Amino acid sequence: MAKSSFWQKVIDIDRRWIYLVIGIVTFVPILKYIGMPVAVTSEVKAVYDMIESLPPGSIVMVPMEFDPATAAELEPMSRAVLRHCFSRNLKVISTAFMIDGVVLIERDLREIAAEYGKEYGQDYVYLGYKPYMQIVLLNMGENFRKPFPRDYYGARLDELPMMFGVNNYSNISCIVNINATSGADYWINYASGRYGAKLALGVTAVMATDYYAFLQSGQIFGLIGGLKGAAEYEKLIGRNKDVANRSMDAVSVAHVFIILFIVIGNIAFFVTGRQKRL
Amino acid sequence: MAFQYFVPHYLSAAIYQNALNWTIIIGIFTLVVGIGSLISLHYDKIARRKEHWPYSVVTMVALALMTVIGLWSPDAIQNPRGLFMHLYFFVLAPVTATMFALLAFFIASAAYRAFRARTVLATLLLLSAVIVMLGRVPIGEYMTGWLPEGLRFSDIARFILDYPNTAAKRAIYIGVGLGVAATSLKIILGVERTWLGGGQ
Repeated sequence: MAKSSFWQKVIDIDRRWIYLVIGIVTFVPILKYIGMPVAVTSEVKAVYDMIESLPPGSIVMVPMEFDPATAAELEPMSRAVLRHCFSRNLKVISTAFMIDGVVLIERDLREIAAEYGKEYGQDYVYLGYKPYMQIVLLNMGENFRKPFPRDYYGARLDELPMMFGVNNYSNISCIVNINATSGADYWINYASGRYGAKLALGVTAVMATDYYAFLQSGQIFGLIGGLKGAAEYEKLIGRNKDVANRSMDAVSVAHVFIILFIVIGNIAFFVTGRQKRL
Repeated sequence: MAFQYFVPHYLSAAIYQNALNWTIIIGIFTLVVGIGSLISLHYDKIARRKEHWPYSVVTMVALALMTVIGLWSPDAIQNPRGLFMHLYFFVLAPVTATMFALLAFFIASAAYRAFRARTVLATLLLLSAVIVMLGRVPIGEYMTGWLPEGLRFSDIARFILDYPNTAAKRAIYIGVGLGVAATSLKIILGVERTWLGGGQ
């Protein structure tokens, strides 16, 4: 009877205890860095290799669609990709189709460009936000100037030296779209499918499973999934102590505890179920 | 637009461009409709003191405040030290990030209570989830790194993602694609009219 009541108590445990445990196991590894090994997957390496293979001066488009809610996962990824591009002296064009993230992305772009001494208009251009991204993506396939006659700061695209002769996706070496929304599908359908742009995606971990089919079919050449993907990219560009790598300990420990909860929950479920039948 | 996809004649390209422009214009008007309906919904909640009406006050105040501050300062989003940007970085950003961060706690609690190996299929799902979870984080590599290649959590997770997951996703995508095409045809041909409203 005592055994039965113990497992019943386990099943009926107040959810706030679970919240407390998750809070502790997430917080402690952030304070105490262990540095678990991060293995690089082929889909992340493919993005790195593509950028690495481009000659200096090539234009890479890094559209970023995330907001503060998903920034924890996608901001480290964006920063790593931007650092890689600027360190290779590639030119970057960026957009933001998620209204809540427009200024966040502008800040990231400006800060990383400043780290490498890059000049706005010469080495990178930020087009900003326009509503109805499907239409904007299709229009960009015709000419960037149609949806974006002016950049985020109000300058005409023709006034920016970097944009001379840059009309549409055909002038871009590759696109690395960092996306927290189903807008990633539009990039596949329109930029890659309709206009044949070389496309890679950086998405949240929960979205990543959706895009393996596109990776396998060759519609995207690479895939960076969640904070783990960001950590892999940081490792590839030699920045092992950046935020994504430092967060991997917390993510790992939290995963293990969630699995432990599932195991304990199942044991309690079966023990109490069997005892009820006896 | 579907026709233009296959026929890149200059005439069809011109029609296509016009259609794109019209879509943007129509889309912008939907923004007005959206804001109008948001105000009307929350005004009604406040006026009738419906359940949780104080939250509607917060929504209305936030909407008015951000609009006024944004319009008051023409370079609101380009001035990192302006009030608009401070409200964004010190109010909106932490609030939305906090809301999303709570998900981890809810997932842990939900997994504890609902993820049960009741049937064979549920057990398979459970095992796949555990393997993919461990295979996608460094601790999985840490736990099974000593095993031969192909037997590590990361390898099995990769297999699950590449084959069963991709096969299922493709089936879903193809099903959805065919469904969308069939429904669109029904709407275009007038067979499906429920979207017009009225009637049973």
